[in-house]
Amino acid sequence: MQDFFYKRYLFIQILLPLQDYFLTIIFMTTIIKIRNGLAINLEGKAELTLCDSVSYKSEFYAIFPDDFPGFVPKICVKPGDRVLAGTALMYDKNRPEIKLTSPVSGTIELVNRGEKRKLLNVIIKADKENEYLNFGEKDLKSMTPEEIKSLLAETGIFAFIRQRPYAVIANPKDIPRDIFVTGFCSAPLAPDFEIQLNNAGESDAFQTGLTVLAMLTSGKVYLGICNTAKLPCLKEAKNVEIVTFEGPHPAGNVSVQLNHIKPVNKGEIVWTMNASDVSFIGRLFLHEKVVLDRLVALTGSEVPKNDRTYYHSTVGVCLEDMVKNCTEQSQKHLRYTSGNVLTGTQIPSNGFLHAFDNQVTVIPEGDETHDFLGWITPGFDKFSMNRSFPAFIVQALTKKAYKMDARIKGGRRAMIMSNEWDKVFPMDIHPEFLVRAILSKDIEKMEDLGIYEVAPEDFALCEFVDTSKMELQAIVRQGLDWLYKELS
Amino acid sequence: MQFLRKYLDKIKPNFEKGGKFAMLQSVFDGFETFLFVPNKTSRTGVHIHDAIDSKRTMSIVVIALLPCLLFGMYNAGYQHYRAIGLTADFPSTFIYGLLAVLPVVAVSYIVGLGIEFVVAQWKGHEIQEGFLVSGILIPLIVPIDTPLWMIALATAFAVIFAKEVFGGTGFNIWNVALVARAFLFFAYPSKMSGDSVFVRTSETFGIGGGQVIDAFSGATPLGQIATATSNIQVSGILGNPLTYWDLFLGLIPGSVGETSKLCILLGALILLATGIANWRTMLSVFAGGIFTAWVFNRIGTTPTMLISPLEHLLLGGFAFGAVFMATDPVTSCRTQAGKYIFGFLVGIFAITVRVLNPGYPEGMMLAILFMNSFVPLIDYLVVERNISKRKKRIKS
Repeated sequence: MQDFFYKRYLFIQILLPLQDYFLTIIFMTTIIKIRNGLAINLEGKAELTLCDSVSYKSEFYAIFPDDFPGFVPKICVKPGDRVLAGTALMYDKNRPEIKLTSPVSGTIELVNRGEKRKLLNVIIKADKENEYLNFGEKDLKSMTPEEIKSLLAETGIFAFIRQRPYAVIANPKDIPRDIFVTGFCSAPLAPDFEIQLNNAGESDAFQTGLTVLAMLTSGKVYLGICNTAKLPCLKEAKNVEIVTFEGPHPAGNVSVQLNHIKPVNKGEIVWTMNASDVSFIGRLFLHEKVVLDRLVALTGSEVPKNDRTYYHSTVGVCLEDMVKNCTEQSQKHLRYTSGNVLTGTQIPSNGFLHAFDNQVTVIPEGDETHDFLGWITPGFDKFSMNRSFPAFIVQALTKKAYKMDARIKGGRRAMIMSNEWDKVFPMDIHPEFLVRAILSKDIEKMEDLGIYEVAPEDFALCEFVDTSKMELQAIVRQGLDWLYKELS
Repeated sequence: MQFLRKYLDKIKPNFEKGGKFAMLQSVFDGFETFLFVPNKTSRTGVHIHDAIDSKRTMSIVVIALLPCLLFGMYNAGYQHYRAIGLTADFPSTFIYGLLAVLPVVAVSYIVGLGIEFVVAQWKGHEIQEGFLVSGILIPLIVPIDTPLWMIALATAFAVIFAKEVFGGTGFNIWNVALVARAFLFFAYPSKMSGDSVFVRTSETFGIGGGQVIDAFSGATPLGQIATATSNIQVSGILGNPLTYWDLFLGLIPGSVGETSKLCILLGALILLATGIANWRTMLSVFAGGIFTAWVFNRIGTTPTMLISPLEHLLLGGFAFGAVFMATDPVTSCRTQAGKYIFGFLVGIFAITVRVLNPGYPEGMMLAILFMNSFVPLIDYLVVERNISKRKKRIKS
């Protein structure tokens, strides 16, 4: 029935002002189809079956301030200090109320600094049993938005909320126009968020989190879900407006969703969040403590088959033991990433899980590969969106999963091909012209072309398909940071 | 290929900074990346990359041009032997054409790539592949009898003043190969048009000598139309009337690569199947051409105005330009909507110049170069629509 209705969607566009209203009344949801995108079928998806049994802990945990763009860290602990889960480790120099807190209890092991004493990370040696800092019982109904925001800031959970414009962490002083939560991740090998939600405690926490968010905005909370979503706690979530998305990556990116639902204009502020981080808020209000636990998927072609599964773990966990089998069994150089292969952070084999990541990916580094005359060979084993490689036929016929390594596979060039990025950029924005405006630091042009609506992650697929191998995410991040500094 | 890799690794230090041949660093890099896909891995951003790179993109275009090149060679020999009244078998016809065309290709590549190598070394960047395509386009769009020194001069002019001064591949405003042709066209008009340059009648490297027979006329069909006063019937070099089929197959006088529409169609299929060329541009060039020819047919009074749309597409360089030159990703519009506008206007101007200006029998070159200049404006208008939509959103 929904599908039938969607086909008549275009007719309904004539009744544009009423469209939202109609669809919401009839189905309580709207469906939006994303056409421009790319599903990269990589080898090494995490299996669903073993999820309940595996719990993963480590001796060391780390918090990286760089994971939180817009956060200028000022450390408030020193090596040897004892912390509980929920104790503040650092705060923002410009907005001291925003804190980053420890995910576990233990003692501070190390404070790592880089060039110019830039704070890189804080490493905590964890206790055997986790002790949580108690934040006291809260009656949500009697709390004002200001009280909620200051509690979230105090507990470090506020840092998991980002804002548009600038794609930086939100400011507790703002009242956002709307809050957008993406309920699924569409990136290559992305974990299935429904597995985490598939128990009573977690779905309660998720719903509570959404309820709390709804109290913080003057508008609505929009929850973007995948058309294949099954769980009632997603499909029938309360206090939110549910919007269903269908299509390949980047359908799960919150920018894409908000661009289709209600784009950000100059002067407006919206907040965005990942569904798995919404649970942090819920747990805080249900259990009075900061529980930064996540379900982490170990994925990638270089992970032994039995290890490709979901692990119950915590933000900042040291991944050395998790990827031990990959390291031991592989003959090749490997690339470990915290996060997916498009937006993740490269980590060493004894690295840590970064704050926003639900996924660890291990792929071959590829620097030992010397591909002879690759520009002319047919390339049956190579993945490409371009039809000069047979991947598009192979994909259509066999659904073959590709093994990809970290090579750039070409030299850096100026922009040559046009319309390449448009094919994987499903927003009403001209990505190429926006990038040009960023490169020329033309503030007015950037604003005109929609810089406030994007985050670096939206350019990840553009960067992947780019013939000229430009580092687009870095360019967009620099542009956003520069604008943030100039204008706020 | 292990031994080759080992050899490259062995000699590589010589070409690096401080090495014996450090001044040839970019040349070495060019050859190394030609043999092996670079194994550099990503430092920031995405961890995986699409297998496509600009070497492959450009190579596909070169492959798509090969049918035209090979046919052009055969046609050069074919026209020559007909002009001197001999019947030659296939191998000798082809070899004559090969010997006539290959020097042009070689000169164009040596001069163009030479400049690319020097500039790459001077600026310290990698050698860009853009000239791989320009270098083969230039021989295909000039008359066979263009002297080699002129090819060298035009290529150098185009690469330096139409490309490198702007910053290299990706920054140029005009199609490099067409600039080379335009340079020749305006600097040496007598050598670039007329009846004597499109068919080589003299011997080449000592073969194919003979006397031109009396019935010979080297005028191209387009040239005949431009000078005709009434009742156009295009004919081949010996006065034989040409049918649409002849024009399609391409055993007619003309610039080396433009005569065979069959080979161009083959190239177009390769480009469209691989998605390297944009179908929007290609389609709208043809649409613009057909539309304009149809309009002239309606209002037509002179013989040239009455040429049918189909004949227009089969004549001269229209199809070649539409498939290989208008679709140049750098110099055509970069927005999707812009591509339709750009292509359509190229089609309109090409036919308009042909029909209304007897001084220029072929309008395609001028139409594409002219529209290249307007690409920023078209893109500006398309992008501006997006911007005004965004601004309207704020107001409402």
